[in-house]
Amino acid sequence: MFESLTDRFDAVFSRLRGKGRLSEADVDQALREIRLALLQADVNLRVVRDFVSRVREQLVGTDLSQSLTPGQQVVKVVHDELRNILGGETLKVTYASRPPTVILLAGLQGAGKTTVAGSLAAWFKKREGRNPMLVGADLQRPAAVEQLRILGAEAGVPVFSEPSDPVTVAKKGVEEAVRTGRDVVIVDTAGRLSIDADLMEEVRRISEVVEPHYTFLVIDAMTGQDAVNTAEAFHRTLELDGVILTKVDGDARGGAALSVKEVVGRPIVFTSTGEKQGDFDLFHPDRMADRILGMGDVLSLIEKAEAVVDQAEAEQAMSRLQEGQFTLEDFLDQMQQLKKMGPLSGLVGMLPGLPKEVRNAEIDDDAMRPIEAIIHSMTPEERRNPSMINGSRRSRIAKGSGTTTAEVNGLLDRFKQMQSYMRQMSNLPGIGRRMGKASTKSARKQSKKAKRRGR
Amino acid sequence: MHDVLLGIIAAAIVASGGGATALLVRVRRMKQELTGGGTDTQAPPQTGPGQTRSGPSRPAAPTRPTAPSRPGAGTRPAGAAPPKAPTRPPTGRPTQAPPTPTGAPTEAGVPTEAAPTEAPTEAEAPPVEVEEAPLPGAVARPRLRERLGKARSLFGGYLTAVRSRDRIDADTWDDLEEGLILADVGVEATEAILDDLRKMAKAENLSSPDQLIDRLRTDLIDRLAGDRELHLDKGETNVWLFVGVNGVGKTTTIGKLGRRERLNGHEVVMAAGDTFRAAAADQLALWAERAGATIIRGNEGGDPGAVIFDAVQHAAARKADLVLGDTAGRLHTKVNLMEELKKVRRVAEREPGHVTEVLLVIDATTGQNGLIQARQFADAVNVTGVVLTKLDGTAKGGIVLAIQQELGIPIKLVGVGESVDDLIEFDPVEFVDALVSPEV
Repeated sequence: MFESLTDRFDAVFSRLRGKGRLSEADVDQALREIRLALLQADVNLRVVRDFVSRVREQLVGTDLSQSLTPGQQVVKVVHDELRNILGGETLKVTYASRPPTVILLAGLQGAGKTTVAGSLAAWFKKREGRNPMLVGADLQRPAAVEQLRILGAEAGVPVFSEPSDPVTVAKKGVEEAVRTGRDVVIVDTAGRLSIDADLMEEVRRISEVVEPHYTFLVIDAMTGQDAVNTAEAFHRTLELDGVILTKVDGDARGGAALSVKEVVGRPIVFTSTGEKQGDFDLFHPDRMADRILGMGDVLSLIEKAEAVVDQAEAEQAMSRLQEGQFTLEDFLDQMQQLKKMGPLSGLVGMLPGLPKEVRNAEIDDDAMRPIEAIIHSMTPEERRNPSMINGSRRSRIAKGSGTTTAEVNGLLDRFKQMQSYMRQMSNLPGIGRRMGKASTKSARKQSKKAKRRGR
Repeated sequence: MHDVLLGIIAAAIVASGGGATALLVRVRRMKQELTGGGTDTQAPPQTGPGQTRSGPSRPAAPTRPTAPSRPGAGTRPAGAAPPKAPTRPPTGRPTQAPPTPTGAPTEAGVPTEAAPTEAPTEAEAPPVEVEEAPLPGAVARPRLRERLGKARSLFGGYLTAVRSRDRIDADTWDDLEEGLILADVGVEATEAILDDLRKMAKAENLSSPDQLIDRLRTDLIDRLAGDRELHLDKGETNVWLFVGVNGVGKTTTIGKLGRRERLNGHEVVMAAGDTFRAAAADQLALWAERAGATIIRGNEGGDPGAVIFDAVQHAAARKADLVLGDTAGRLHTKVNLMEELKKVRRVAEREPGHVTEVLLVIDATTGQNGLIQARQFADAVNVTGVVLTKLDGTAKGGIVLAIQQELGIPIKLVGVGESVDDLIEFDPVEFVDALVSPEV
């Protein structure tokens, strides 16, 4: 079962606290975990090797004696290295002095080129205030041009195509853009295998005739080990300027991003995060680094929550929780909000640092149903004041919800537990409102303790 | 918002029986990571001042079987249903759709038993039919070997280095591991396979690399054993549904399969169940033409279930025995879309529809996410088989091993190109041979 990298490092390093500098052997252990995490994330094996040896240099000699959470410190080194590779230089689209700026999209079948073409056109028009045009040079896939026309209409951008051949269409398309005074032209091409010599030659010729200012490889975020082969081949043929990563709204860890960045050396420029034209954004190296390391895409999780959960209600619920006024009614509401975000087990997967027991405790969406039924069988008063629920009420509730009194008891117990834990949790530094003071206070306490032990 | 979110999730997890104390520690740590590692040096709650260790033992969680769902191992209970799938507005597909009040007791757009002809999508245009021209003679089906000729040579090729060594050593195992990982078999699956191989090598006294590789080959072939048949019951209106994430090749596969089944003498009706993507129905219509099949389509933005329903009705009326149902690509992480898919399957099952195959289409370039996709789709609609597409590229599609092993879902078909004949039956022997051969 999946365990977070931080957890694994903790296991490795817990005995190293106060030990001093990391030895080669210690580092080797850490590197095994890193290698595992990256492979699980679909980073190419060869890229993993290079990455690991780079990180090794940084880790040997790292002083962990001051850190009470050495696992975290090691993760930080790895995370930063990843982020730097993924980020590094960003590509800022600069427009050709003599318009139009030509953008060529290439990639495998099904990567999302046509969808991206539409989104890119909308992006240039709405966010950059440009005057783009689309060229449909995919004459291979049935109805590809139709699809592009519909997307173009949606973006308010004209689409050029004709039933001749891809190279001619591309050439004429750019000529049309010049003629109609467009300042950006996006050329969509057919998906093609990198090992298809004829089709790779075709796209090379397309590139030759349109002379793109930017050639982007469009690649699917769920691509596995093969990403490097594709990227290398397209780069050899076309000399890519950047990469566009698609279907980032899925839950693939996205190691392909790292692989492609490493072999091509060009920035990942955009990500497509959905099927709508607006689901298109600049690439965030930080989030990608989190994701690849299995740290859960917590920011996306939060965004998702923000979109689905009524923030005001949730905040109210939270403060009621902290003040001990959280009722079963509130609980029911919040659970229903939570359900909108996706299967609970899927959500749990996005939370970094959850220990095995919690994951394996079958965070079952089905488990929610009896809970909902039980709460629904309660009267509003009972929900507000569960302590009044005596034996006879319990059996009534059990009957009404089609459950057993044992289950009702179970829920009530857990709810009470939850209330007390939440209260405790809000008292912990870092959570709730009491951040600053409490943490330094306990920090001082800890270092005093450590001093007493003669460290 | 962080606090709120964490709080809610923590609450939900505790309520559903997950361990609380450990959770608190993690939630706190996660908060740290989010806020850039605040100096929280406080030890876990157990040792903190004034905080007692969690007294009562973990509440008894309602136990659920942890075994992954096997095909046919029961669908999701149809009762006490999760929130109704929100109706998708015709103009676009929201990634998080707030539930829209439908007002109607039945799911919008799906005809009720009482009035099967009230499907809104069919109110105007009659079904688009395609002239069924006599088909030219069938092309001999390509062998995987031929298709992969460009990309790789046979099994023996890659492991020449291994075979050439006179003994089995650490390098041997490294090379084997590398080959499997590069093929997207996955780290854990690779470890499991090689562990088993080590045991077999010991038990069977394998001494040469040749023997070892041959043993690996037979082991992998065994692991891929399964029911390859595409079930078609005589005299019934069989429905084969095609599901999967975006861009994998569902529509193209339907085109190829439609043609194949026409050549097998069946009458095929294609249902343009992708009512979301621009020009999806047009795309399928072109394939219907190539295949010599009828196509039933609805309005873009309309209800996919209604299209499937109409296709089934149409097929039954004409005594066509096979309906190929296309569905829109969808990421398994989208709740509302997965709910929609479940609904489509339910509709397809309505008399006289008889769903005999739910085929999950997987792209051979997919990495480990393929297993998660399979799990989620299987959970939702009971997948009966996998179609592995784009195997004519450089990707090996090794993820299907895990799909078969962990979920028991067999690979039934392989796509090896964009033309109508580029569909072959899955052959474990050919597949394994190609799996560990060298890249170009």
